[in-house]
Amino acid sequence: MAEVLVLVEHTDGEPKKVTAELLTLARTLGEPSAVFLGGPGTYAKAKDYLAQYGAAKVYLVESEDIADHVAAPAAEVLSKLVADTSPVAVLAAATPDSREIAARTAARTDSGLIWDATALTADLTATQGIFGGSTIVSSKVTKGTPVVVVRPNSTAPEAAPSTPAETPVDITISDAAKGAKIVDRVVEAKSGRPDLTEAQVVVSGGRGLGAAEHFALVEKLADTLGAAVGASRAATDAGWYPHQNQVGQTGKTVSPQLYIAVGISGAIQHRAGMQTSKNIVAVNKDPEAPIFEFADYGIVGDLFNVVPQLTDEIQKHKAG
Amino acid sequence: MNIVVTVKQVPDTWAEKKLDASDKTVDRKSVDNVMNEMDEYGVEEALKIKEAHGGEVTVVTMGPDKAVETIRKALSMGADKAVHLSDESLHGSDALSTSAALAKVISTLSPDIVITSSEASDARGGVMGALLAERLGLPQLTQARKVTVDPGAGKVSVERLADNGYALVEASLPAVVGVVEKINQPRYPSFKGIMAAKKKPLTKLSAADAGLDAGSVGLPAAASTVLEAQPAPPRQSGTIVKDEGDGGAKVASYLAAQKLI
Ligand SMILES: Cc1cc2nc3c(=O)[nH]c(=O)nc-3n(C[C@H](O)[C@H](O)[C@H](O)COP(=O)(O)OP(=O)(O)OC[C@H]3O[C@@H](n4cnc5c(N)ncnc54)[C@H](O)[C@@H]3O)c2cc1C
Ligand SMILES: Nc1ncnc2c1ncn2[C@@H]1O[C@H](COP(=O)(O)O)[C@@H](O)[C@H]1O
Repeated sequence: MAEVLVLVEHTDGEPKKVTAELLTLARTLGEPSAVFLGGPGTYAKAKDYLAQYGAAKVYLVESEDIADHVAAPAAEVLSKLVADTSPVAVLAAATPDSREIAARTAARTDSGLIWDATALTADLTATQGIFGGSTIVSSKVTKGTPVVVVRPNSTAPEAAPSTPAETPVDITISDAAKGAKIVDRVVEAKSGRPDLTEAQVVVSGGRGLGAAEHFALVEKLADTLGAAVGASRAATDAGWYPHQNQVGQTGKTVSPQLYIAVGISGAIQHRAGMQTSKNIVAVNKDPEAPIFEFADYGIVGDLFNVVPQLTDEIQKHKAG
Repeated sequence: MNIVVTVKQVPDTWAEKKLDASDKTVDRKSVDNVMNEMDEYGVEEALKIKEAHGGEVTVVTMGPDKAVETIRKALSMGADKAVHLSDESLHGSDALSTSAALAKVISTLSPDIVITSSEASDARGGVMGALLAERLGLPQLTQARKVTVDPGAGKVSVERLADNGYALVEASLPAVVGVVEKINQPRYPSFKGIMAAKKKPLTKLSAADAGLDAGSVGLPAAASTVLEAQPAPPRQSGTIVKDEGDGGAKVASYLAAQKLI
């Protein structure tokens, strides 16, 4: 069976859930080959996970050349693998880093690129929601090896234990690919909460919260639900919450089972990042707020009354 | 500093965007078109770099004739000159062929720094910075929320957004920088700027002028195709209730009924 290359999404070797989703999707197209690119000694943390989700092979590069440079070295490796293995397709996650690697790989291999796919059939027809989800298109790559960037939460991951053959990739990264060097990494936000793009429930706060300290209300609700915390741009711009948590056109795109918007008006740029959530709940004191035009359930009221009560009621529900 | 900034004209953010029924490309005729909002941040950053280090800002766009309105906006914000790649044959180009065409035009300008923004609001590819770096063989400094240029040392460094913070990335000039909207506050064109823009040099290039092969651009050369397009199924209209003191409890019941808790 022909190979499907899956670019492993990970943080210092720790695989992200979308990797399992991509491997699950890859199994419907051919034989999944995981491509693990990371810093020295990072693969050990991913090994069992890739086996659990059915990687038949793992192509491996662990080097500082990969970890300490932006996009280009990874694209060089992936392009070489495309040339060497003639895969049916290359799958990557719709994260900022992987989409850039995928784009460069498509350019280098003279292949077509599809981004933000939410489904992919065996004949490689992709589904995409465009214009903020208002139009659904099916599209297909017509040239080279399809390089498809897939949205997290598009496929339900299914385990399929395997014993992957590990193949180190024999490659020397060119100097040209090492032009953009990462000299430092600064951690600003570590919450212990689920990853925003992968979470099944997201609770987001906006300008309606009025002050940074009021985000505690949102966090408390999120923690009762095991949810990730998001924020509107108004909230991140005001410095109330880290920009990494921004949801929207220029922030993260999320697609959880449940999205709760607290004190968020629902501007089109915010909507672009959360519209495909399965259930949208909004709390806003303005009955005219645009968010109510697309919320499944909305409460017109003061968030300072509604949110604490909601948190209490969920706790009671769980206890009962 | 020779600074090039790319801008794109896109359907107005608030317009109801559609695909053209005949060839399934973005319908740019039935809507108001504006400069991609994110590109205002790119132009602003280009102007800031010029103000700090001297030099010249050249705006580059590829798009239909009326994209000249977006060029005018960039010029009225303060850019010095513009190159407009415009040709019927370019219609329907995908991101890959657009990047090849833009790279060809940009390389003739011998820039020290090429600035793009992180995303255009029409197709939301978010890949042009990476593609231009690839095509031009230049370092890729995308997702930048802060840019520091040191022309003396021939270096540029950026704070690149990461999942839990940022990475400090350095490169030698020339380089491609992609900016996010956190980076600055774009200025409004002044009346003086608007008047001055009318006299600034604007070079219009056809595909042939730019040295692009006829077969390498436009819809026929695109490496992917849209087979079908449909409006998304309308959302069931939601239930909106006024809080009567039991709003939180009502949401909790809704969540329980939906088996979400
Ligand atoms: C290029 C560009 C990119 C952008 N990208 C993004 C993006 O990625 N994400 C994003 O979110 N935005 C983005 N925006 C900004 C967007 O246009 C809006 O400005 C922003 O989403 C507004 O945030 P908000 O809803 O929190 O604030 P507002 O629009 O001010 O809404 C606050 C809401 O809170 C309600 N409220 C106030 N007090 C209470 C109370 N006590 N109880 C209940 N409700 C209350 C108000 O009725 C109001 O509806 C972008 C804009 C531009 C130009
Ligand atoms: N046709 C074009 N002409 C000029 N710049 C473009 C064009 N298409 C994209 N860009 C630039 O690339 C950025 C990212 O676009 P995209 O990758 O298409 O989302 C845009 O905001 C522009 O700065």
